[in-house]
Amino acid sequence: MMDWLDVATQGILLGGVYALFALGLSLVFGIMRLVNLAHGDLIVLAAYFVLFTSSMAGLPLGVATALAIAAMFVLGYLLQRFVLERVLGDEIMPPLLVTFGLSVIVQNALLLTFGADSRRLQAGAFETGSVSLAPALKVGLAPLTTLVAAVIVIALLQLLFYKTSIGRAFRATADNPEIAQLMGINQRRIFAIAVGISLAVSVVAAVSLGVRANFDPSIGPARLLYAFEAVIIGGLGSLWGTLAGGMVVGIAQTIGARINPEWQILAGHLAFLAVLMIKPRGLFPGAGHDAR
Amino acid sequence: MKPTLGRFNRRQVLRGTAGAIAGLGAASLFSPAVFAAKIIKIGYVSPKSGPLAAFAEADDFILGQFRTTTKNGLKLGSQTYQVEVIEKDSQSNPNRAAEVAKELITRDNVGLILVGATPETNNPVATQCELEQIPCISSVAPWQTNFIARQANPADPKSWKPFESTFHYFWGLEDVIGVFTGMWSQVASNKSVGALFPNDGDGNAWGDKVVGFPPVLSEKGYKLTDTGRFQNLTDDFSAQIAAFRSTDAEIVTGVVIPPDFTTFWNQAQQKGYKPKLVSVAKALLFPTTVQALGKNGHNISTEVWWTPSHPYKSSLTGISAADLAKGYEQASGKQWTQPIGFVHSLFEVAIDALKRSGDPADGAAVAKAIGATKLDTIVGPIAFGSNKVPPFAARNIAKTPLVGGQWRLNGDRYEMVITENGQAPQIPLGGQMQALS
Repeated sequence: MMDWLDVATQGILLGGVYALFALGLSLVFGIMRLVNLAHGDLIVLAAYFVLFTSSMAGLPLGVATALAIAAMFVLGYLLQRFVLERVLGDEIMPPLLVTFGLSVIVQNALLLTFGADSRRLQAGAFETGSVSLAPALKVGLAPLTTLVAAVIVIALLQLLFYKTSIGRAFRATADNPEIAQLMGINQRRIFAIAVGISLAVSVVAAVSLGVRANFDPSIGPARLLYAFEAVIIGGLGSLWGTLAGGMVVGIAQTIGARINPEWQILAGHLAFLAVLMIKPRGLFPGAGHDAR
Repeated sequence: MKPTLGRFNRRQVLRGTAGAIAGLGAASLFSPAVFAAKIIKIGYVSPKSGPLAAFAEADDFILGQFRTTTKNGLKLGSQTYQVEVIEKDSQSNPNRAAEVAKELITRDNVGLILVGATPETNNPVATQCELEQIPCISSVAPWQTNFIARQANPADPKSWKPFESTFHYFWGLEDVIGVFTGMWSQVASNKSVGALFPNDGDGNAWGDKVVGFPPVLSEKGYKLTDTGRFQNLTDDFSAQIAAFRSTDAEIVTGVVIPPDFTTFWNQAQQKGYKPKLVSVAKALLFPTTVQALGKNGHNISTEVWWTPSHPYKSSLTGISAADLAKGYEQASGKQWTQPIGFVHSLFEVAIDALKRSGDPADGAAVAKAIGATKLDTIVGPIAFGSNKVPPFAARNIAKTPLVGGQWRLNGDRYEMVITENGQAPQIPLGGQMQALS
């Protein structure tokens, strides 16, 4: 009994990791209908930024993270204004290809700058610390913090979407870009801010990745696969759905692994297929800010 | 109508052309040799970019040294040859590795190809060389992955055949098993071993019930808990940790990629699982990956193929292992890594074989010379056809010594301390095995 409780807890914690990876993806897809294939590499880029400012320049991890959030927001804003904006349109292929190219560029630029070594963000005792939830149920501090961070980020984004005027503009643009523009919303600015927020959120994912395991310039795409599944299981564009989607994949993986570790990854993919078969539009279609 | 070309008929044109070609041929045969030396072209394939790039990190340093050494050409008999190395990037992709090997052979006309960075780079290159009958020397992968995996039917030992043109030197699975069990025997434990064997070439070979760890371990009285082949880049190891706990495994072993070892080791500590000995291959090859573990990498053990304290020197330049490593550290500002010695040794074996071949342009002669190699290199003695290798592979495979060691934290830098040398006593011990807890 205790054993299965442990399986479920580990699965939920794993879900937090996947959700955090998927949030930025979910955000730009919901507002702009843009599938950002470079999202994983941008997370790795953010991880290197934090590594550079913390380990190499000696700033505390918190300060480095705050700096990275600001820097990645600006980068996202500029990326949209100068690159992605030019290819966004009715065609679905050009933006896909551009983000794919961006992924290759980011990987190789990182390889040239930082070399191929596998790196890590140092967080001291926090990395291996744990809390006891029950006598035989120990939960790692780092994964727990990741889950809490995912929930806080989603709550903040929901606040932004439903309580602010910029959030109203996001929702309006997501619903109908043409009419929104007629109402005086500057679509170019809204999109640029959305990509900026997406990259700012990716910094949180980057820190969690860097503390949890090693990263190297080429690891982004592999880490992105489960994020895609989380977004699709949750329902495209729904942020809480993305969290739920991450947990479905996470719990499926830990249950599969407990039966036989060879089935761990497969179990996650099977859960993904099962959800698609039963609810092709995801668990929460249109439950978020986007009701298209 | 008679085919004519201007004022000449067809026969005249043909005769004239043949004469001209003969003249040109004669000219290039006799005259340039006086002015320009002949060129030996050596192809070198390595993963300069992509996930395996750490293996190629010392390439520029080693190749720079090699080019300086051979600047004045190579004198074979009365003939001086210019040596040219053509580098190609495999991009850590086996298909790309095969492609660049083909390019080296057909476009650059190299006479010999060197490669030394994991089976993903070595095997496609060696396969191309074998097809085109171009000599190839490879290293840095257990010999089984080179010799057995490239056979038409790896599952049927009776069908295995030696190769004509491709040669490989490194240690084998039997050596790493010997080193790991040698290390474990130094510390009192309950002999219960948990294994992390992923679903890749290495993991499947290590976990193989015939040639891998399981038969040897049970013979030596160890109890193995192998939970099965997991996928690389797994994010959760709680199932394995639970299984190791239930069999009270005081020893953990495996062949895992760096991110997975970090995930496993962090999770093990979060869950309070504390084995006495952890010996893993692959994950802790490079000092930077141990450094990435923070303080938690202290006393984790791994197999060691080369260190600056190996008592060997280069046959090419006479430089010692210690000085080669020091030179790299000064030139790059980074800590030495194990592949440095092996990349250097590839060029030692190549030059030695070319010298003995008689005619470096004759592929068959060069291949024959490589097969007859008996050379003391910076990674130890290399000799093909020795009885240390099973007879079926002896023609193509040579073995280099393998020892084991623990990474110890010295200040805030990790140092490799050799703790087990049962199979290669000539390599000095740096200390005794220490338990983790």
